[in-house]
Amino acid sequence: MLAAARINWIILRTCLEERLVYRADFAFATLMRFLPIVTQIFLWGAIYANAPTEKMNGYSYGDMVAYYLLAMVGRAFSSMPGLASGIARDVRDGTIKKFLTQPIDMLGYLFWHRVAHKLVYYLVATGPFVLVFYLCRDYFTGWPDGMTIAAFVASLAMAFLMGFLIESLIGLISFWFLEVTSLLFIYMMINYFLSGHMIPLDWLGGFGEAVAYLPFKYLAYFPAAIMLGHYSPSELGFELCIELCWVIGLLIVNRIAFARGVRRYGAFGG
Amino acid sequence: MPAIEVRDLQKTYYVYRKREGLLASVKGLFHRDYKEVRAVDGVSFTIETGEMVAFLGPNGAGKTTTLKLLSGLVFPTAGEATALGHVPWKRENSYRRRFSLVMGQKNQLWWDLPAQESFRLHKEIYRIDANEFDRRLDELTSLLEVRQLIGQPVRELSLGERMRMELIAALLHSPDLLLLDEPTIGLDVVSQRRVQEFLKHYQAERKITVLLTSHYMKDVEALCERAIIINEGKIKHDGPLDDLVDRFSRHKIMDLQFDGVSVPEDISQYGRVIESRPPRVKLEVPRNQIPEILSALLSRYNIEDVGVQERPLEEVIAEMFEADKSENAATAVEVTAGESR
Repeated sequence: MLAAARINWIILRTCLEERLVYRADFAFATLMRFLPIVTQIFLWGAIYANAPTEKMNGYSYGDMVAYYLLAMVGRAFSSMPGLASGIARDVRDGTIKKFLTQPIDMLGYLFWHRVAHKLVYYLVATGPFVLVFYLCRDYFTGWPDGMTIAAFVASLAMAFLMGFLIESLIGLISFWFLEVTSLLFIYMMINYFLSGHMIPLDWLGGFGEAVAYLPFKYLAYFPAAIMLGHYSPSELGFELCIELCWVIGLLIVNRIAFARGVRRYGAFGG
Repeated sequence: MPAIEVRDLQKTYYVYRKREGLLASVKGLFHRDYKEVRAVDGVSFTIETGEMVAFLGPNGAGKTTTLKLLSGLVFPTAGEATALGHVPWKRENSYRRRFSLVMGQKNQLWWDLPAQESFRLHKEIYRIDANEFDRRLDELTSLLEVRQLIGQPVRELSLGERMRMELIAALLHSPDLLLLDEPTIGLDVVSQRRVQEFLKHYQAERKITVLLTSHYMKDVEALCERAIIINEGKIKHDGPLDDLVDRFSRHKIMDLQFDGVSVPEDISQYGRVIESRPPRVKLEVPRNQIPEILSALLSRYNIEDVGVQERPLEEVIAEMFEADKSENAATAVEVTAGESR
């Protein structure tokens, strides 16, 4: 147990060092991700300015900005750029061999690699996030109670796990098809729409209720809706349990996919 | 006790046969033909603990696939194998801690970080004691002459330096079995020799079992006494390297230095001239006629110096594969002729 924790710590530390090598590129890429947030806020401003009523589907402009910013916090945890394509590339070019010949768990390694990726991202992104939230502070009703904040933090942690497990699963499909770019593109499209990244899911009426049974809402909509007080305490507990079940289910499917995938693995290309 | 035991090991791949042209590509969207490729076709051999064996064959012969099977990278289609008492494709950590696979064409180290960071990670992954780790790292970096380079990002190292770092990473946990796939590929002569010398020294000291594939016969001659030759997935020869030359080489090289400044014009009647630098000449002569030819030459000419050598190993092996190829082609023609009757 202690040895495993030590290995994970060294993996995390080494990955952190690696992430910090190309610091200029990394800082630039991170800051550039804020541009869409700003343009989206302006876009909603234009939509609401021409709307016939002050509220649309129960959301005022301020509610929409607050929702959008909180959904983006959720996305900061659940998005996994380069994970699936990285696994597919390793399978294709044979780099994956180091995970198969060394006494190391590939998914565990990739998990800690991703944690390092996110930690460095938060290090750079916290400042701009705080600034945007400060500038938009009037759109928030104030700090929620401790229970809500705890549920929000739990939902973000699970959003991270869920985002990691969905993308790693797509990456593992490369054991069968080698190339997963199109699949990943479809997932991104579905994710953008069904996670509530584009618009809140309660704007979608009956369709929104139907897709709420899928795991995608936990990637962006759910954490934002918690902070906006859309759930009663009993609903919150239930939803967190469902999210945990998704995480466990995805973990099991990942393990099965890995075990079957490596049996199929041809290790082509030298 | 054998370190490796392999019985009737088979690995078959199904490879998509893409036909030429755009139309064929479109058709391929709806229907695909797959070809069965027997990369390893019923291979059996045993390697004793502490042996250093060369695994030779042309490209696509099945060498690397066998190594991948023994390292547990791929599952076999049929057959059995044990390495250090483990079934490799079960990928037990107790086995993975005792062997290393080094592929000359693949990089295992962190590209953007100094090699020492990868070594530190290996220390934890393989649970190497801190003092032991320091001692081994010190020994290996000194033997491979890269001590001053371990703090430099891997991407900034030359190919030869990188290969030496790969070897260090592979040996830090002191494996009992080392699988080397083309460890000197792409290296310059100096780096090749350094890697060869290191491997020879390390194996002699530690008595570890080594299975080596290489296209450089210099590696093989310098390191191994036994060779397993594989072609088209099947073993063609398994035995001492010297036997290989005796068994498959029908010729030897006769090196003659004549008295004077020239080489006799009719020298080619005694054998094929492969090099002529008057007054020296190298002749390729049938093995079984050496006494007669030598006696005829000595009685007819004034010869200052004479030497008889084996043909270079790579030529012998190339000849063997060529013969194999012609034999297979002849068999295929016979089968086709038989079928058409």
